[in-house]
Amino acid sequence: MNFAPVLLFFAAAFALVLISLILNRLLAPRNPYPLKLTTYECGEEPVGSPWIRFNARFYVIALIFVVFDVEVLFLFPWAVNLKTLGMFAWIEMAVFILILSVGLAYVWAKGDLEWIKPKPDNYLPTQESK
Amino acid sequence: MIIELLTQIIFWAFVILTVGSAIVVVFSKRIIYSAFALLFTLFGVAGLYVFLAADFLAASQLLVYVGGILTLIIFGVFLTTKLHGMSIPEQTHQRYLAIIPVAGIIAILFYVFFSVDWFAHASAAEPTTKDLGKLLLTTYLVPFEVASVLLLAALIGAMRLARPREEDQDD
Repeated sequence: MNFAPVLLFFAAAFALVLISLILNRLLAPRNPYPLKLTTYECGEEPVGSPWIRFNARFYVIALIFVVFDVEVLFLFPWAVNLKTLGMFAWIEMAVFILILSVGLAYVWAKGDLEWIKPKPDNYLPTQESK
Repeated sequence: MIIELLTQIIFWAFVILTVGSAIVVVFSKRIIYSAFALLFTLFGVAGLYVFLAADFLAASQLLVYVGGILTLIIFGVFLTTKLHGMSIPEQTHQRYLAIIPVAGIIAILFYVFFSVDWFAHASAAEPTTKDLGKLLLTTYLVPFEVASVLLLAALIGAMRLARPREEDQDD
């Protein structure tokens, strides 16, 4: 089959992880005690449950990512035909990407890419005019 | 002969992966486990697409669903309030009413299953991406460019909805 190399790549990636985990289990001395089993937090003592609500920004960034993910998908059939179709295809994709860059410019200008957004309290017109 | 056998083994491995993880998605008591099991389901479906000689569809499945949509779902799960205190009651509502749409979906699936000649293209199994791209860049040029406008509209619409409500004030 044509896709055997792809499968081999997946198998190799999977095997690499599996082998390193098994090797670790075989070679490393295991001597767990409660302090060692605590969650590593860059030297900080972990407080509370790890099941917290994430910043909603993550979700927004993921939303933007999905759109450009689809753009990358369209690059895929374009790239294999670029040599045969030449300049014409290049311009087509340039237009395609240009239209989508408007989206990037929009989210950038609107401040959707900013990590910390001002609190609703600071958003009132009186505060903004200062 | 040996290749035939190997192909069969790989095919059934993908089937078991897909169906097995789909069962975990449905029956897991923790929504986060369901979300991560969905990763294997979507990956398995991508593998099955390859067996149907739909390699571009498989690539899009991996790139968009496994890479993008699943990330979105997992972030969505992270945002649910129910995760607090790790008590996530998984309730089933309207169990009997649900039979109607489920029966409909099963009927459609069975219809597709029996009406499509699954082996028509699978034996050829030549990569389709190149032909697809050629069609997209020549015959279907306008839909291709319109797709970017659609994506742009989707991006702006999604951002509009995801933004805090207070934003309405400064428009």
